[in-house]
Amino acid sequence: MYLYDDFDKTLVDERVNEFRDQVKRRLSGELTEEEFKSLRLMNGVYLQLHAYMLRIAIPYGTLSSEQMRMLAHVARRYDRNYGHFTTRQNIQFNWIKLDELPDAMADLASVKMHAMQTSGNCIRNITTDQWAGVAPDEIEDARVWGEILRQWSTLHPEFSFLPRKFKIAITAASHDRAAVKVHDIGLRLHKNGAGEAGFEVMVGGGLGRTAFIGKTIRPFLPKRDLLSYVEAILRVYNQFGRRDNIYKARIKILVHEIGAEAFGREVEAEWEKIKDGALALDPKAIAEIASRFRYPDYERLADEPAELKAGLAADARFDTWFKNSVWRHKVPGYAIVTLSLKPEGGPPGDATAEQMDAIADLADRYSANEIRVGHEQNLVLPHVRQRDLPELWRALDSIGVATPNVNLVSDIISCPGLDYCALANTRSIPVAQELTRRFRDLDLARGLGRLHINISGCINACGHHHVGHIGILGVEKNGEEYFQLTIGGRADEKAEVGALLGPAVPYDDVVDTVEDIVAAYLELRERPDELFIDTVKRIGVEPFQERVYATR
Amino acid sequence: MTSPLQQKLKINGPVMVTANRLGDGAVIYRTAAGEWTTEIAAAAIATTADHAKTLLAAATADYVRAVDPYVAPVEFTADRRVLPGNLREKIRFAGPTIALPGA
Repeated sequence: MYLYDDFDKTLVDERVNEFRDQVKRRLSGELTEEEFKSLRLMNGVYLQLHAYMLRIAIPYGTLSSEQMRMLAHVARRYDRNYGHFTTRQNIQFNWIKLDELPDAMADLASVKMHAMQTSGNCIRNITTDQWAGVAPDEIEDARVWGEILRQWSTLHPEFSFLPRKFKIAITAASHDRAAVKVHDIGLRLHKNGAGEAGFEVMVGGGLGRTAFIGKTIRPFLPKRDLLSYVEAILRVYNQFGRRDNIYKARIKILVHEIGAEAFGREVEAEWEKIKDGALALDPKAIAEIASRFRYPDYERLADEPAELKAGLAADARFDTWFKNSVWRHKVPGYAIVTLSLKPEGGPPGDATAEQMDAIADLADRYSANEIRVGHEQNLVLPHVRQRDLPELWRALDSIGVATPNVNLVSDIISCPGLDYCALANTRSIPVAQELTRRFRDLDLARGLGRLHINISGCINACGHHHVGHIGILGVEKNGEEYFQLTIGGRADEKAEVGALLGPAVPYDDVVDTVEDIVAAYLELRERPDELFIDTVKRIGVEPFQERVYATR
Repeated sequence: MTSPLQQKLKINGPVMVTANRLGDGAVIYRTAAGEWTTEIAAAAIATTADHAKTLLAAATADYVRAVDPYVAPVEFTADRRVLPGNLREKIRFAGPTIALPGA
């Protein structure tokens, strides 16, 4: 966990008081909606179809059990008993009342949570690998850099009114779990030939109306220069990014239009002016922030303890879950456990207040009070003793978060869609729910291997459909819901934008069409362990088109 | 169901003016008496662009009670009951089409 100090507490408390006054003035009519809208958006408050929605930041996806209990409290006291974990390590509450929002925010502030940087044209919540700090394949804990960027970017006066929102993600692992290549800035911490750690800096990635994979403008940036370099990028974007057309205002359009090389030259020129100034990172300051990330006092344990072996031998369901949802930890004798928020027939990413409370209790008991949130809309307990796994699994199973479908076909990423969202064209959640029912046979799902389905209810792409192995995009045709399907997208270190499969299909056909795509894959794969994404890469889209559209 | 906030005013049939209530965001409809109601049956119905614009102008001026009013289509049942005219409005009227997790 990161230990916030009094400065952070004061900042968040002051923000709540400020917003309380703004709400009061709006309710009295002193402020018009036009005047109030930008203020509420700076505090994560949207107006959706049925109610206000509050989006709360979970910086770099790290939550304490105390904070999770507070989220349960907010769900219970101010909302309808549940929350929705998003693809950007935030949580949303869908039914908040405006006049109660300041109280909800004050309650959140008591555990140092807030909604800053969750909306508006600012630098948004910095995201990272949900396994940061415990992943065996990382070179260091990327959250330290997330926190440094958070401190720099929060209420940054120069970057509070950018041409458009701005998203930064960081990974420090060989396998990218943070989707850094589809962010405005993607940072990959790696080591150079001399063994020094630094950042590969990518810019101009993003999804939405126009999808692009980020381009590398600096293969290796020394750590000391992180803030000055990112500031230089933001300055170039702030100066040249378009403000005349909302659809062309993201940095990805600028990078695409002038080219990554030219953009990089502009950044380097700006950076030359500021690199040795106040933003150069002092190793002591980095160490001070790193020291505020506290890790458990790990016991000296061996891998595969007797309790685990006995549990695996005794219960086939536990064995199945273990193989699907438990990963190796960097410390022997410990494990990383993913909690699936994708039960059969459930809305992806939703958790009830009761589940949140129970997960907080389990985090206290089994994971050093810590929980993580991943962009795939699942939760993680990052510090579990392997010997505790059988007991933990029984507890997780009893609250419905142990479906062994992580990374399988029913582990669907989905936006809220037209059931909640004021911008959506079509519903997303019912499509996801029906897909989880159609692919309820987890033996079949395991036979398919890793297969990511991503669903967005409109072109804004909150469900990251472009980078789903199978992407589903809702579009409107003459007042009816239709869905375009893409295949071959991926969000990891080999990120690609999926290719369009063919004409959009109506709502009633979309699940059948996905099933046909899966059937085509089973027919076309070279061998049982060739993953869907590899089959598409090998043979392209056409063989899928032929099979899927042959009878349509 | 392109967001009405992104649409120009076009009248191709009977319409109403709808918004969200300021205090809690609840879906509300403009009545002929210039009030707001959560009952769609009490919504003022316009069949001409001029009438719709008049309703919308009055609704927009009432910013203390309502947020982001806009014109939305309606349909009538055989017995002249008012129903929302597209899927978006049906969902706003009846709520999400899914069972809510916390219920």
